[in-house]
Amino acid sequence: MSNHIQPKITQRAVDKGASVSKDNPVASLSSVAGSTRTANKFTPGTGLETNGVHAWFSKHHALADVNLEFPANTVTALIGPSGCGKSTFLRTLNRMHEFIPGAAMAGEVLLDGKDIYEPGTDVTKIRLKIGMVFQKPNPFPSMTIGENVLSGLKLAQLKIENKDDLLEECLTRAGLWKEVKDRLSAHGGSLSGGQQQRLCIARALAVKPEVLLMDEPCSALDPGSTLRIEETIRELADSIIVVIVTHNMQQAARVSDYTGFFLSDGGPGQLIEVATTNDIFSRPKDKRTEDYVTGRFG
Amino acid sequence: MLTNLAVFIGCIVATPILLSLTPLSGKLGGAAIFLVLSTVTNILIAVSRQGVRMISDALSTSLIYIATALVLLPLGSILFTVIQKGSGAIRWNTFTQDMKFSSPDAPYTEGGALHAIIGTSLIVLIATIISVPLGILTALYLTEIKGKFESLVRFLVQAMSGVPSIVAGLFIYTVFIVTLGVRFSAFVGALALSILMLPTVARTAEEVLKLIPRDLREAGTALGATQWRTVAMVVVPAARSGIFTAIILGIARVAGETAPLLLTILGSTATNLNPFNEPSAALPLYTFTLMRTGLEVALTRAWGGALILLTLVLILFITARLLSGKKR
Repeated sequence: MSNHIQPKITQRAVDKGASVSKDNPVASLSSVAGSTRTANKFTPGTGLETNGVHAWFSKHHALADVNLEFPANTVTALIGPSGCGKSTFLRTLNRMHEFIPGAAMAGEVLLDGKDIYEPGTDVTKIRLKIGMVFQKPNPFPSMTIGENVLSGLKLAQLKIENKDDLLEECLTRAGLWKEVKDRLSAHGGSLSGGQQQRLCIARALAVKPEVLLMDEPCSALDPGSTLRIEETIRELADSIIVVIVTHNMQQAARVSDYTGFFLSDGGPGQLIEVATTNDIFSRPKDKRTEDYVTGRFG
Repeated sequence: MLTNLAVFIGCIVATPILLSLTPLSGKLGGAAIFLVLSTVTNILIAVSRQGVRMISDALSTSLIYIATALVLLPLGSILFTVIQKGSGAIRWNTFTQDMKFSSPDAPYTEGGALHAIIGTSLIVLIATIISVPLGILTALYLTEIKGKFESLVRFLVQAMSGVPSIVAGLFIYTVFIVTLGVRFSAFVGALALSILMLPTVARTAEEVLKLIPRDLREAGTALGATQWRTVAMVVVPAARSGIFTAIILGIARVAGETAPLLLTILGSTATNLNPFNEPSAALPLYTFTLMRTGLEVALTRAWGGALILLTLVLILFITARLLSGKKR
C-alpha cells in the first residue's frame, strides 16, 4: 500500500511547497496539513465528546466502550477495517443509529457538555446541530438543485430571511456554486455523482450544523471529485467539527487533524488508538495500529 | 426484422393451402396450422443461420410470441366486438340526453346515456375521495410506521382485495339501506365501490413506497425532520407518479362494477345530480338494464354504453401510463 501512497503524497507536498521527508511520506503529508493550521486541543464542555459508547444491533454487540473527544474546528478521521464499528459509532453521534430497527446503545454523547441522549431531548434538534453526509449521494429526487440545498430548512420548518444568499453560501462552501449557479432549477438527479455528493454536503450545511458527520463520503466518487470534497472538508474545519469515516488512509492523512483507529477482534468493535493524525501515521503506539496504517492487514 | 415479416406473410399465404390438404378445418384449424408452421419455419431459419444449438432459442422465442398473441387476441376481440356492436348507437345526443322520456327502443337520435355518464362520474369521484386517502394512509402505515398491527393490516388488505363485489354491495346495502335507513343514492353506491377500491390503492401504493430507497428517508431524518415531514416532503413526492398509478388502477378496478351498484344506487333513467338523494344511474347498470329488455335497439344502446365505459377506462389507463412514465 505504501508504494501507492508515496508518489501522490510527494506530489501534494511539493504542490504545497512543504519539505518532504523521504523516510516517512505519510507523516510528511500530515505535517503539510499541520503546517497550514494547528489543530485545536479539546476543552471540556465544548465540542463533541463520547463517554463509554456501546452499540448493539438486536443481540449483536457491535461497538464497545468508545471514549473520544472532538475539539472545536477540527477534522477527525475514523479508520479501520470493514465491520469494525466505525460507521455505527458515527451514527450514534447524531442518533441516526436508532433509525435502524433493533438498534440500541449505551453511554453518553456530549455536545457542548450536554448529553444528546438525555431523556426529553428533542432528537430532531440534535440532528439539526449534528448533520450527516452519507456514503451514497442521496439528493431528493423530487426537488431541484436549489430546493435540495434548502430542503433542510423546509423539513425542519426553519424560517430564513434571505434564501438566495444562503443558497449561494452553502453551495460555495460545498464547492459546487460555480458548476450549478446557472441551473439551480434543474433536478438534483441531473448532476454527476461527485456533484450530487457535494450537493448533499451543501444541503447538510444549510441548516448551520455545529458538527458534520461524513460516512465514507468519497467511496463512490472519482479522484477529481474526491479531491474537491477533501478541499471542502478542510475549509469546513475553520468553523465546524467534522468527523469522517473513511476506508482510504491517504484520505485520512490528507484531511484530518486527529485520527481514531477502530478494530474488531471478532467481538465488538473497539477504539484502539486515537491521536493526532501525524502521530497515528508516523509513531503509532499500538502494534495493531502500526500494522494497519502500514498496510500489513486490512 | 425483415425476415420475421417475410416468415409471417409466407405462413399466412401457405396456411390456407395446408389447411385444404389436412383434415383440419375452420378458423381454429387455420390458427393451429399457422402457429406450427411459423414455429417450424423460424426454427429452420435459425438453424440454417447459426447451427443446431439455436433450436431451443428459436423454439422458446416462437413460444413467447405465440403466448403474447394468445393473450392479446381476447383483448383485441373484446375491443373489436364492442366497437362493432356499440358504435351504431353513439350519436351526439348520447352525451346530451338521458332516457327519462325515451323508451329503450326509441330511435338512436332520441335519448342517451348522459344520466349514466354523470352517475358513473359522481360515484367514481366519491369512491375515489373516500378510498384514496384511506388507501394511501394504509400503505404509509405498512411501509413507514410499520406498527404493531402491520402484518394484521396487510393480511386484511389482501383479504379485502378478494372480497367478491356482490358481497361488498350486500354489506353496504344491509348496513346503510336496511339498518340505517339511508336511501338508495350514488353516495351509498360509492361506499360499496370504496370497499373494492381501497385494497387496490393500498396494495399498489405500498409496492410503490417500498421502492423508495431508505437512503432518502435517512437523509430527511438526518436533516432534523420529523418522520411525518420526511414522509410528506420526501418519500411521497418521490413516489408521486407511482401513487398516481395506484389511484388510477383503483378507479379502473371499480368503474365497471355492476353488482354492488344494483343493490345501492338501484338505477334510474333520469339524470340525478344529487349524489345523496334519489336513485342514480351508472354506465354498467345502464348496459345491464338495456341488455335485459332484449329489444334490438336497446341492445345496441347497451353496447354503446359498454363502449363509453371502455373508452373512459382506456383514457384513465393512458393517463396513468403518461403520468408514471414521465421522466423527471
